Amino acid sequence: MMSSGVIMGQYYPASSPVHAMDPRAKILISVVFMVVLFVGNNFYAFAIMGAFAGLAIAASKVPVRLLIRGLRPILFIMAFTMVLHLFLTPGPAIFKIGSFTATWAGLIQGLFIGVRLVILIMFTSLLTLTTSPIELTDGLEDILKPFTRLGVPAHELAMMMTIALRFIPTLLEEAERIMKAQMARGADFESGNMVKRAKSLVPLLVPLFVSAFRRADDLAMAMEARCYRGGEGRTRMRQLRMAARDFVAFGLVIVIAALVIVVRIRFGPVVSRV
Amino acid sequence: MAEDTGTIEARGLYHRYELGDKEYVTALAGVDAKVSRGEFLAIIGPNGSGKSTLAKHFNVLLLPESGDVWVFGMNTKDEKLTWEIRRNAGMVFQNPDNQIVATVVEEDVAFGPENLGVEPAAIRQRVDEALTSVDMAHMRRHAPHLLSGGQKQRVAIAGVLAMRPGCIVLDEPTAMLDPRGREEVMKTVLDLNKKHGITIIHITHYMDEALYADRVLVMDQGRVIMEGPPREVFLEKEKLVSLGLDVPPLGRLSEALGRAGVSVRPDALSVEELVEELCRLKSGA
Repeated sequence: MMSSGVIMGQYYPASSPVHAMDPRAKILISVVFMVVLFVGNNFYAFAIMGAFAGLAIAASKVPVRLLIRGLRPILFIMAFTMVLHLFLTPGPAIFKIGSFTATWAGLIQGLFIGVRLVILIMFTSLLTLTTSPIELTDGLEDILKPFTRLGVPAHELAMMMTIALRFIPTLLEEAERIMKAQMARGADFESGNMVKRAKSLVPLLVPLFVSAFRRADDLAMAMEARCYRGGEGRTRMRQLRMAARDFVAFGLVIVIAALVIVVRIRFGPVVSRV
Repeated sequence: MAEDTGTIEARGLYHRYELGDKEYVTALAGVDAKVSRGEFLAIIGPNGSGKSTLAKHFNVLLLPESGDVWVFGMNTKDEKLTWEIRRNAGMVFQNPDNQIVATVVEEDVAFGPENLGVEPAAIRQRVDEALTSVDMAHMRRHAPHLLSGGQKQRVAIAGVLAMRPGCIVLDEPTAMLDPRGREEVMKTVLDLNKKHGITIIHITHYMDEALYADRVLVMDQGRVIMEGPPREVFLEKEKLVSLGLDVPPLGRLSEALGRAGVSVRPDALSVEELVEELCRLKSGA
């Protein structure tokens, strides 16, 4: 359907041990992994984390091609940060362009940041690729539940996510229908410069918003009619259950975290600062 | 007042909507209506006749300004009973898209029982039963936006069924469907009424759907103006036409036949009945 390379948020159905994991375990592991990724300050740390990510990817049966394709949208940001680092890090020069000096330290630092981004995107994509949106919202709600007392609206957040996911296809369909209706009456969405094209979207967005509000109104009434009264006293049909594999995976990520901290203390940063 | 736990009843129901500054429009101007347990009642009437407003009173989505609504012996004005009434008188709305909450069919059917705090294992059982009753069990894992209109409405009906209601109020459930979807929904509704004994209040502007009902209530300008078995109500063709309501096409056909000199029984309103009647006339002649 969507030809763009955005794979974050997409689900890749397969039966693998990673798919079968408890969504809460997967979310927690991803969070720990991300933190550890920023604790790691040299390539040894990345070797350890890369190995872990590689293991997870292999176990997930998600095609590596798909994950690599998912990197495409961040290529620009990656190139941009790498170039910035290359020229803005002080140290012995490699070459000069005008008043900008590329340095060896910058090259290494740029590469370092690039590798970090690649691991980050690949691993977080793996979470959404192997976890269906329902499991993801169920898991999030459950993880956030202890924080309800601190004012975190866990149930409401999960409900909002569910409704958003439910209505995205409906609204996309509607947008297409309105667009066709406007085009049939001579509207032009494709030509002109940015400003003109943005302006031509107004007759699309106005009816879309009006309709979205009407839908929201209807939905609220339908939910009330089905006895919805917030998260309190509500049960769930699907029950989440942690299995042995979830504990093993979580144990593994803790070991990785410990290793990365050791490596950080032992070897220090990739580019020593003055 | 002794409240009958076997009926759903509106007594002297009056309701108006506020348009703005002290401006009101009266939607219900003193409605008396009664449905017995297990009955199939159809409510018809032109746009703005108040039929949807009446429907929303049975589910406590609206409260009467004056008068009372009793659902199986429970007064809708009693706040303690609101949720029990909503569970007992489930509601299906017109737009199939705007009443499905979840991203998977079975999750949506589970929404009602989840709100009621039913045990997980029991929810699973209710969901399976409800989906089987509306013949959607094979699509339990589907995403709702990929279903046809008729299928979506059946999922909505299953969602209500999973709450184990005594009555289902359907507010023009077929208005946005194609003929096939309409047929699916009507078949499901009839099935629930006949096999499961669920009370049905079916609001529609399709006269042929009202034919299935035990009783028809015709509304106009916030009042009930006619009431009775469909065959009797549809005999008063002039009155219905003057309200802008259409007489079932077969009614018009038999009328035309009458003018052409073939007098058929005026209450033969379904295709089968008319065929039978014509065959009888032919063999008799």
